[in-house]
Amino acid sequence: MEDTVKQEDHFNEKLEKGDFIEPKDWMPEKYRKTLIRQISQHAHSEVVGMLPEGNWITRAPNLRRKAILLAKVQDEGGHGLYLYSAAETLGISREELLDQLHTGKAKYSSIFNYPTVTWADIGAIGWLVDGAAIMNQVMLQRTSFGPYSRAMIRICKEESFHQRQGYEIMVALSKGSAEQKQMAQDALNRWWWPTLMMFGPPDAISSNSADSIKWKIKRETNDELRQKFVDRTIAQVEYLGLTVPDPKLKWNEARGHYDFGEIDWAEFNSVVKGNGPCNRERLKARVGAHKNGEWVRDAATAYAKKQAAKAAGSLVA
Amino acid sequence: MSNSNNEWPLWEVFVQTKSGMPHKHCGSVHAPDKEMALQNARDTYTRRNEGTNIWVVPAAAITASSPEDIGPFFDPSNDKAYRHPTFYTIPEGVKYI
Repeated sequence: MEDTVKQEDHFNEKLEKGDFIEPKDWMPEKYRKTLIRQISQHAHSEVVGMLPEGNWITRAPNLRRKAILLAKVQDEGGHGLYLYSAAETLGISREELLDQLHTGKAKYSSIFNYPTVTWADIGAIGWLVDGAAIMNQVMLQRTSFGPYSRAMIRICKEESFHQRQGYEIMVALSKGSAEQKQMAQDALNRWWWPTLMMFGPPDAISSNSADSIKWKIKRETNDELRQKFVDRTIAQVEYLGLTVPDPKLKWNEARGHYDFGEIDWAEFNSVVKGNGPCNRERLKARVGAHKNGEWVRDAATAYAKKQAAKAAGSLVA
Repeated sequence: MSNSNNEWPLWEVFVQTKSGMPHKHCGSVHAPDKEMALQNARDTYTRRNEGTNIWVVPAAAITASSPEDIGPFFDPSNDKAYRHPTFYTIPEGVKYI
């Protein structure tokens, strides 16, 4: 018992000093659990995030856009793998992590439960959704758990192209025909609010926020990040000649920030609970992809076994 | 740790980013054998020409020092300031040393 108290003191001292916590270090059970939940949710979001964009790979308007989208989706897959690998250092297996996703026990970012109905949605996702994710991820580069921080540094290096390619699509559409500009506006209308929801519930009611800040897993709160995102994005919207679907959006001179309207948290909660437009479709596609890959995994395992047996045989001979 | 039987083994990945540089740990991959471990590591960790060479090492083969012993384990070097060049006084005016 006394040992645990000492260990906890030592753990807190390390956090205080700004040291990183590494997998073999002692850590409170709740710190470990919080991290497993957060890192795995993050990994699942990268993986499920491939689906709405994958929808447009075969229908990208030209070869350049197609190659870019393919590279972006591959990156998301890679980012999922970095994060699974970081989560596994906390003592959970890859299989358990995937099971939790496939059975619906683990969550992924709700944003991916919205459909991508036009090409402009690919622009809006890269620009807004990846933009919001980057804001969060830049902060997480300084998270207190070493493997998570290192994964985030890699991801941030790669992610910036995702946002820029999205904005480039929006620029092309908003400078195009009236119909194309309308398509861009329509995508912005549909993605704006769900993007703001990505930062999570308001600080006042966010159940995980306080611990995460105390343990330096997060360094900025949901509301702080959300405000920063709005402040940085509005000028980009204006350049496109588009408007955000929020009549209450207004620059507040006194605060030095934009004020914005109330977020529909009932919608957010309903999508989190599984009632978004695409929850079932996404999970079905993910489980299907895993099942359809089973014979490939089995074949690779069988091949490895056979080669190992052969090598053992030749040693004996 | 909680590996079940049908999960592929874990490999730690070390990438050399430029010729002449040391290999640096960058994460891990699962793979049934060493060839696939190398290919998975390439696809996962070097999508942008980040590598000139990759090592994959079975995670189970790595022995690490334990964080609890950090004091006693490293303290033999703590009291040997004379291993550092700044320990020595060189007369003023003496150059190139």
